[in-house]
Amino acid sequence: MTDILSPLLPSLAGGLLIGLSAAMLLLLNGRIAGISGLVAGLGRDRGERRLTDLAFVLGLLSGPPLFAVATGAWPVMRIEASWPLLAVAGLLVGFGSRLGSGCTSGHGVAGLARLSPRSLVAVATFLASGMATVTLMRLAA
Amino acid sequence: MSPARLLSALAAGLVFGFGLSLSGMLDPVRVRGFLDVGGAWDPSLMAVLGGAVTVSALGTLIQRRLARPAFDARFEIPAGRRIDPPLVIGSALFGIGWGLAGLCPGPAVAALSSGAVPVLVFVGAMAVGMGVHARVAGRRATGAS
Repeated sequence: MTDILSPLLPSLAGGLLIGLSAAMLLLLNGRIAGISGLVAGLGRDRGERRLTDLAFVLGLLSGPPLFAVATGAWPVMRIEASWPLLAVAGLLVGFGSRLGSGCTSGHGVAGLARLSPRSLVAVATFLASGMATVTLMRLAA
Repeated sequence: MSPARLLSALAAGLVFGFGLSLSGMLDPVRVRGFLDVGGAWDPSLMAVLGGAVTVSALGTLIQRRLARPAFDARFEIPAGRRIDPPLVIGSALFGIGWGLAGLCPGPAVAALSSGAVPVLVFVGAMAVGMGVHARVAGRRATGAS
């Protein structure tokens, strides 16, 4: 495998699986695979809905260990941000995804797939602010 | 209680988590490299979005021909079309956090199973951020100041 293809093929295959998961949840259970909405619902919903969402999260948590068993290595995970920066980032991601009604999965994977105008705006906005943030941090460093 | 619904949610979660692991989205250095369009840009994660949206769109095309999902009474699909300030401001804040850490909710939750403390810090703060939003939104809904 050439150097150009080596990061691209696993990314494409991973993306196809993420799309498959969204299609499964939609066609089987009628739900949108939006992780921020699902996680927020765990703190609010009761009964069977909560149990179903917990089952999804349990599956999500089992993904990396399954990957490690299948390939013999844990997925690469290089976290460079300091704890205070991670805390600020987490607050912004949590609050922002709820205020904006979704994140990379709900707006990005599910919303773009049905050409939702709200999701198109959301994705363009968080890509732009994410790119601006990374650029500013690089320039400031 | 529907065992089929529980099992399909579990299976969908597992496929999602495995796909994330394979895709490179669990690696904040690569995610931030993808966002660094003016620097050493790493466009490879475009393939994640492209692949995911393509299959998800096929799912949507099938869904439109069905009266109901396999294991539930109806589809729950957001119907709103209005572009309002909360959508734009929320997405902008989300993007700033995503750029700062290189983590978004799906990869962060999946990565919790590594037991890595920095992931726990991020997800803990994310839960607090969601809780703050729920309180603010709840207060607005009940009309209190």
